[in-house]
Amino acid sequence: MMQEGLDDGPDFLSEEDRGVSFFFPFLISVLSLSSYCVLCMCVSTLPNFKQNEFSVVRQHEEFIWLHDSFVENEEYAGYIIPPAPPKPDFDASREKLQKLGEGEGSMTKEEFTKMKQELEAEYLAIFKKTVAMHEVFLCRVAAHPVLRKDLNFHVFLEYNQDLSVRGKNKKEKLEDFFKNVVKSADGVLVAGVKDVDDFFEHEKTFLLEYHNRVKDASAKSDRMIRSHKSAADDINRIASTLYTLGTQDSTDLCKFFLKVSELFEKTRKIEARVAADEDLKLADLLKYYLRESQAAKDLLYRRGRALVDYENANKALDKARAKNKDVLQAETTQQVCCQKFEKISESAKQELIDFKTRRVAAFRKNLVELAELELKHAKGNLQLLHSCLGVLKGDT
Amino acid sequence: ISSSSNGPKAEPMLLDHDPDDLFAEATEEVSLDSPERQMILSDGPSPAITPVTINPRADVFDLSFVSHENRDTFDIQISVSDPEKVGDGMNAYMAYKVTTKTSLSIFSRDEVCVKRRFSDFLGLHSKLASKYMHIGYIVPPAPEKSIVGQRLGRRSSAVTELDPDAKACLCCRYLLRTVKQPALLKDPDVLQFLESSELPRAVSTQALSGAGILRMVNKAADAVNKMTIKMNESDAWFEEKQQQFENLDVQLRKLHASVESLVFHRKELSVNTASFAKSAAMLGNSEDHTALSRALSQLAEVEEKIDQLHQDQACADFYLISELLGDYVRLITAVKGVFDQRMKTWAKCQDAQVMLQRKREAEAKLQHANKPDKLQQAKDEIREWEGKVQQGERDFEQISKNIRREVGRFEKDRVKDFRVVIIKYLESLVHTQQQLIKYWEAFLPEAKAIA
Repeated sequence: MMQEGLDDGPDFLSEEDRGVSFFFPFLISVLSLSSYCVLCMCVSTLPNFKQNEFSVVRQHEEFIWLHDSFVENEEYAGYIIPPAPPKPDFDASREKLQKLGEGEGSMTKEEFTKMKQELEAEYLAIFKKTVAMHEVFLCRVAAHPVLRKDLNFHVFLEYNQDLSVRGKNKKEKLEDFFKNVVKSADGVLVAGVKDVDDFFEHEKTFLLEYHNRVKDASAKSDRMIRSHKSAADDINRIASTLYTLGTQDSTDLCKFFLKVSELFEKTRKIEARVAADEDLKLADLLKYYLRESQAAKDLLYRRGRALVDYENANKALDKARAKNKDVLQAETTQQVCCQKFEKISESAKQELIDFKTRRVAAFRKNLVELAELELKHAKGNLQLLHSCLGVLKGDT
Repeated sequence: ISSSSNGPKAEPMLLDHDPDDLFAEATEEVSLDSPERQMILSDGPSPAITPVTINPRADVFDLSFVSHENRDTFDIQISVSDPEKVGDGMNAYMAYKVTTKTSLSIFSRDEVCVKRRFSDFLGLHSKLASKYMHIGYIVPPAPEKSIVGQRLGRRSSAVTELDPDAKACLCCRYLLRTVKQPALLKDPDVLQFLESSELPRAVSTQALSGAGILRMVNKAADAVNKMTIKMNESDAWFEEKQQQFENLDVQLRKLHASVESLVFHRKELSVNTASFAKSAAMLGNSEDHTALSRALSQLAEVEEKIDQLHQDQACADFYLISELLGDYVRLITAVKGVFDQRMKTWAKCQDAQVMLQRKREAEAKLQHANKPDKLQQAKDEIREWEGKVQQGERDFEQISKNIRREVGRFEKDRVKDFRVVIIKYLESLVHTQQQLIKYWEAFLPEAKAIA
């Protein structure tokens, strides 16, 4: 498949979303080159590309540019814009690595090397995950019947020079900030308007609550997984100390300690793996749907905005007719608003239905995989424990 | 009402093959403050005294009694239970019921029940320490009233007062270790403690507390350190053993700290899992797809069961491993104390020899000065000091012999204790994994059923 040997990619999208099926004309693969750039490889059967296979180097800012261009495009107002990939964040890992360096004096050489390897593996895992998130974004775009035709998207994939997309400067960031403030205030106003359409009214209520609860669940799952990782780290230290005890003990216990140390080494790896899998299948799933539900909320906001505009245009038309002034202009405006609103409503309905389908499929896939992995690890753990107990009891 | 009981008769029950028993008992043995989810976290500034709700799992902790000298089992069971508040106000104290069941002839009855308070235990220990430590017997350290723990990430050490059930647990283990010592078992103070209904009150418990004894031991160590004459160690065995115990001490303390950290994180994991379970349930409620909603609720239930599992495992971590390590860290202090006593004995012997030498020199001087009555006195003093030197040498030999024997016994017990406890601990881990498998196997079809 697309992801290069990535068995811990964020596969929380259903099959349909990933452009895996050969009905879709894109096959996209994203690989990392460094912390800053990713390599996007694309295979396409569409005729309007110069070649069938092409690859380009892109930076994170360029993904954001692409995402923002979708958001700002009026034509796409009626679609759920796939959420932008998260910014690469290695702060936590870097901090841990630094703390390890500081604590080097207080542990044995073996311990230090072990912990260092652990942290490096963690760093690598986060790295791979971030890269995979970027891929998911592009695949979502590729899977969308309308967005995949977007010109910017094609440029993004094909243009093998630097897109010269700079990150937003201070002024633009400030503008964004104010835009967001206005938008949230407006959002509240818009949300207050009761919708005649039951479907959308229901979706509004549903999404609001759902989004908040996903946010909560995401935060709680993160905390839970962190504790799990800490416990695994403790077991690591215990294993090391037991090893030292084993090597220096003068009684029969030395063999005993060494065997138990070996056991804990192995179970610790499994525990760490459990935490990592929970992170992947549960935490990442929740995080993704936090972003997607926000995107869905944004869609509803845009529709709500269009509705308000439409209603205002109606009122203006009535007023114009009453005064018999600028009637034609008012009529045109009203027509435009009406069309816009209806267009958005139509596609929005389908988008929201698709969102539900995607969501259900993703949750199903991930919950099943989560349960299967938990079982696999528990069974593995159990086997190790049984065999160790067998040896230890046999020794007496 | 909790009971901490041990003894060979209890053994078969504990090593039975029904893993469920281990945890079924956990719910019965609820401490006086019931909610088991209370965390052992002290948030206050140092030193903070916070009541700790630890579920005492003494029944899980088994010390067997095989005497390696005569190869027969001491038939004695001791339990410390039913902590009861006696008296009011300032004079109120906790009384514990100490039950001894035995067929040994040195006891006057098969079964005897007495009431003892915490300071009685300290009093017993102080008597035993003063009688036996200086001749090289390893006297089990007194139970601690409170634990001083270094909470992770906090500079301060919080002093946590143990609750009565945890204290009962400690006292029981203390008595068991004491009677395991053949010499101490025969000691009249021990017999009196276990049998007589009235016990003279131990005076000034401050001095008798674990900390007090520790001070006494440390004073001996200081005296040793101040010795200007370095002990001429003729016996490599002692040097080797001292080094070994030093190393063991370091590693056990390290291990103890790591295990305490594990207990902390597991309790944290349990709390966070419970919190996530609630959140998942809420998410399931708002999910409008019926099958997914049900699956999410099931997930919430699974996570709730798992959080209880983590809680139980943390208890096992604590009661099996952490307490054992704590006990041994304290025991090794007692062992080191005994080695120091030997050095003190040697120093005394040396001092006597120096004194004898001086007296002889004094006598030689008096020989020339021709003072007959002073000469007689000098000769008497010489005889006196010759006697002291001989006594000193005998004492030194005796303590060395005792220590060798004691250390041998200690090591054998250590091997046994660690073996038994670690195997039990691994069995608790097995149980946890089996439960996990059960829960996830129940959940999997629900997840697959999402249409």
